[in-house]
Amino acid sequence: MSFAKLTVSALALAAVSATAAAARDQVQVTGSSTVLPYSTIVAEAFGENFDFPAPVVEGGGSGAGRAKMCEGVGPNTVDIANSSSRITQKDLDACAANGVSDVMEVRFGYDGIVFASAVDGPEFALTPADIYNASAAQVNTGGTIAANTYSQWAQFNDALPAQDILLLVPGTKHGTREVFDVKVLEAGCKESGAYDLFLAAAEGDDAAKKKAAVSACMKLRTDGRSIDIDGDYTETLARLDADKQAVGVFGLSFYQNNTDKLRVGTMSGVVPSTESIAEGSYPVSRPLYFYVKLAHLDVIPGLQEYVEFFVSDDMAGPDGPLAQYGLVSDPELAKTQEMVANRTPMGPLN
Amino acid sequence: MTDATHNGAPRKRHGSLMQQDALTRRRNAAESRFKLYGIAAISFSLLTLAFMLVTIFSDGVSAFRQASITFPVTLDAAKLDPKGQTNRDDMMKVTTIGYTSLLNKALVDYLDQQGISTEGVSDKQIAEFISRDTPAQLRNQVIADPTMLGQTISFSGFSTGRIDGYFKGRVTRETAQVDTNISVAQLDLADRLREAGILSVAFNWRFLTNPDASDQRPEAAGLGIAIIGSAYMMLLVAVFVLPIGVAASIYLEEFAPKNFLTDIIEVNISILAAVPSIVYGILGLAIFINFAKVPQSSPLVGALVLTLMTLPTIIIATRAALRAVPPSVRDAALGIGASKMQMVFHHVLPLAAPGVLTGTILGLASALGETAPLLLIGMVAFVANYPAGPFDGGMLDPASALPVQVYSWASRSDPAFIERSNGAIIVLLAFLMVMNIIAIVLRRRFERRW
Repeated sequence: MSFAKLTVSALALAAVSATAAAARDQVQVTGSSTVLPYSTIVAEAFGENFDFPAPVVEGGGSGAGRAKMCEGVGPNTVDIANSSSRITQKDLDACAANGVSDVMEVRFGYDGIVFASAVDGPEFALTPADIYNASAAQVNTGGTIAANTYSQWAQFNDALPAQDILLLVPGTKHGTREVFDVKVLEAGCKESGAYDLFLAAAEGDDAAKKKAAVSACMKLRTDGRSIDIDGDYTETLARLDADKQAVGVFGLSFYQNNTDKLRVGTMSGVVPSTESIAEGSYPVSRPLYFYVKLAHLDVIPGLQEYVEFFVSDDMAGPDGPLAQYGLVSDPELAKTQEMVANRTPMGPLN
Repeated sequence: MTDATHNGAPRKRHGSLMQQDALTRRRNAAESRFKLYGIAAISFSLLTLAFMLVTIFSDGVSAFRQASITFPVTLDAAKLDPKGQTNRDDMMKVTTIGYTSLLNKALVDYLDQQGISTEGVSDKQIAEFISRDTPAQLRNQVIADPTMLGQTISFSGFSTGRIDGYFKGRVTRETAQVDTNISVAQLDLADRLREAGILSVAFNWRFLTNPDASDQRPEAAGLGIAIIGSAYMMLLVAVFVLPIGVAASIYLEEFAPKNFLTDIIEVNISILAAVPSIVYGILGLAIFINFAKVPQSSPLVGALVLTLMTLPTIIIATRAALRAVPPSVRDAALGIGASKMQMVFHHVLPLAAPGVLTGTILGLASALGETAPLLLIGMVAFVANYPAGPFDGGMLDPASALPVQVYSWASRSDPAFIERSNGAIIVLLAFLMVMNIIAIVLRRRFERRW
């Protein structure tokens, strides 16, 4: 009877799967979708140049990736978590609770965050304060805090075009949002004087006051002039195509691949580029990391080689393919290479 | 008779059939209005479909064509095998970076030698014509056959995405002026190269066979692994779902007593058929990956999740097919002394088979296009190595799937991936259409009506 045969073969397949699950011969990487393109470039070149199979790289977000890495030790868990923000103490605690004691932190470069508008629109010479005034819930209007009613860029800065405000910012699940919050909103809040006003209005001790002021700074307006984009940069680009008035937040590498559609805005007078970020004059950048489970180094074939290849000058160096794609090479790369060779686990977070 | 009608008392006058009264007119108007609504609804859906297909095809058909560049390369033994031993390990030490500079120099020299003007284009920009995927191809050829060293071969490889886009109309001189990745002078050179026969555009088989490629080489990205992964998954889903689904349906329809318990099971099957597919992904992650330790990203785990998802649909379809077999067939079989099992397997199931197969194929088709549950079990991954053969453990190797490839290409930064993404949709649609046509043909040929 054919059904019986089919059932038997299905059961046999299931049995095979249970036994073969123990072995794994390729590196598994997961995490940040910002790091994903860099990771795939390295994985592809690694597969071409070494006898090991190319690593399997997944996206899904920095936080999700770190949580997945901390699920435990063993071939059924991932080896590397890509992250566009630094690992948190909460992650490290979860790691320790699941037996992942030694984690190596590898910082391989920096990524710039740019503000860009439609290529045929006007030029934007922005400062953090401009972005703050355009997007915050409450702003400083001549020495008092008031709800944000600005509808055009020129209303708070004559140098900006008289164009309706529509800001597309990354959603809260993105690592990019954190940088936007700290390096742009908070900086702009202080620059525009709103921070001091918030501080004066806050109650409690000094630490509580500061905390209240910072969280007041990061509240975005909800009248539809600042929109959270939860998808990828491609979604931001599509929204920007549909509404030419918009100004969107992009990664530097994404902008560099789409210069025919986007016009980049300057930040405090500096044009974002790999050079200006490397020398530190462009303010909105962040380090990119990946975290390696040290316990897997001698278990998964090719893991040590992959990590070394990733931080080699051929890949992450200033002339390597990652830099061509938009990565700002880490000036301290040699130190990282040494750390990877010695398999130094990361110390406590400071 | 006629007198009665003529001479009777005056009655309420009935209108002539030729002349409609107000009520009839209203009813007729309502009817034609309703017809209009129907036509409007149909034309709206047809227009949406046409718009969708036109967008997909106009953006995606170009993915099946690709510009290639052909030029002679001298394989300098001193560079590619510095030790001269043709030892594989020594030759492996020359990485693709070494091959890249060899290829770049060969192209620049060849253009010089052919007298093709490279005005306004630097050597580095000439090198940007060659896809980053070509050095690895050359390297693999040389390592596999070291006798090639020292020879001059005619090498053919893809040109980069933006040059390719120029021939397809995606990149124009206007966009090149503001695009930092390509210059107008490069486009002029591309025109000259095409005239000289160095650049040519042809059907791109490698779009169907190549593995996925990174963001820096969209031209080399292909659907090979996605097609294999989807094929493995469909094979496994068919193997899992047919016996389980048919056995469950036969039992429920022919053997099970009608009581409270079977009623509950029946209601549950209908509910399960309506559960959002992402729920099965979460279930699969918890049971198959975290508990049963099936390797993630493998076609096996994808197939198991899709099996759970399609099972209720298939049970419902199979039960409907069984129910469509008239009871007289059962009575006749039982009447001449067949056992219940003989009745089912000799008479009812063969008559219901076309319906069962049609239901299964349509269930598989919906599983083929499913993305959401695969997101959670690691199928949305960059996979560059082909899985092994289906009987060499290939079902456990990481693989991708067609709908997932559409999703991951659509979120890449290089605009060339949009074209690839639409191309992948076309391939997926072709597969779905073939499966549906098979289902229709089976139904037409074998279905019996009573």
